[in-house]
Amino acid sequence: MADHAHAASPALQVQFDTAEQQKDASTFGMWVFLITEVMFFGGMFLAYIVYRAAYPDIFALASSSLNVYIGAANTAVLLCSSFTMVLGVRAAQLGQKKALAINIVLTLLLGFVFLGVKAFEWREKFIEHHVPGPSFHFEGVAMQGPAQLFFSLYFAMTGLHALHMVIGAGIMTWLLINAIRGRYSADYMTPVDIGGLYWHFVDIIWIFLFPLFYLIDRHLK
Amino acid sequence: MTQHIDSVKTYAVIWISLLILTGVTTAVAFVDLGPFSVIVALSIAVVKMMLVALFFMHLRHSGKVTQLAMAATVLWLGIMVAFTFADVATRGWMGVPGR
Repeated sequence: MADHAHAASPALQVQFDTAEQQKDASTFGMWVFLITEVMFFGGMFLAYIVYRAAYPDIFALASSSLNVYIGAANTAVLLCSSFTMVLGVRAAQLGQKKALAINIVLTLLLGFVFLGVKAFEWREKFIEHHVPGPSFHFEGVAMQGPAQLFFSLYFAMTGLHALHMVIGAGIMTWLLINAIRGRYSADYMTPVDIGGLYWHFVDIIWIFLFPLFYLIDRHLK
Repeated sequence: MTQHIDSVKTYAVIWISLLILTGVTTAVAFVDLGPFSVIVALSIAVVKMMLVALFFMHLRHSGKVTQLAMAATVLWLGIMVAFTFADVATRGWMGVPGR
């Protein structure tokens, strides 16, 4: 039975009995990786929660200095990219090769828009002297330390998220090349599926970064 | 595990809902809800996460092992946060001699 399955599906590796088993193993492998990522980011979220609890007033002031409209717009860009990604996965499931390629290109473009906006925001921080370091200065607070702590966490967490976006863009480029070469079909599209899982996960991280850095305590200003 | 293919309409509804929730959470941030600001912002974030996970990541069609692993993740994350705060939040309760 297994030999028959291997003959019928050339993409099936020897250690699996069926294509379905192979896909389940690959998908679960990606989920396990994402779980390690949750714990990885979780440590940083925990650091944020601890220091926000310690210095609520200064964190509120520092948080209010971020541009909430740019943040919200960038969130929308990322959500749109998740939508095009899931349409790409759907196209792959149906074996629509052209729609798959188009949706991957759109996802990639939206990812670059997000990174571009992020770069613009970081540039503003350099101009405002809000980058932790010798030239750091945050107006209106006596204690510069906690304010610097907020921006350290801001750069560490949005920076790590942006790094994940860059890796995601690499994965999308690789998927696009293989999609154009016609390597994916309705029978074999596992890389598209788990690439999509990664992309959505990075989206979920931003879904939490946005309220924590831009929104909470906005009303106090 | 048979392959489920959702309709474009389903995905579009989820996408529009996510955009609306982003607008709502941004607008509500300007309203003074006192301590509830954090709760409202994070609740909306959790709803958005669930929409992305269940629909875009197909978690609702996933096998039980995947769903169990995700539940375990939430549990362990909870343990990490709870135990950290059991330390941090209670440090001032007793004076430390010589400090």
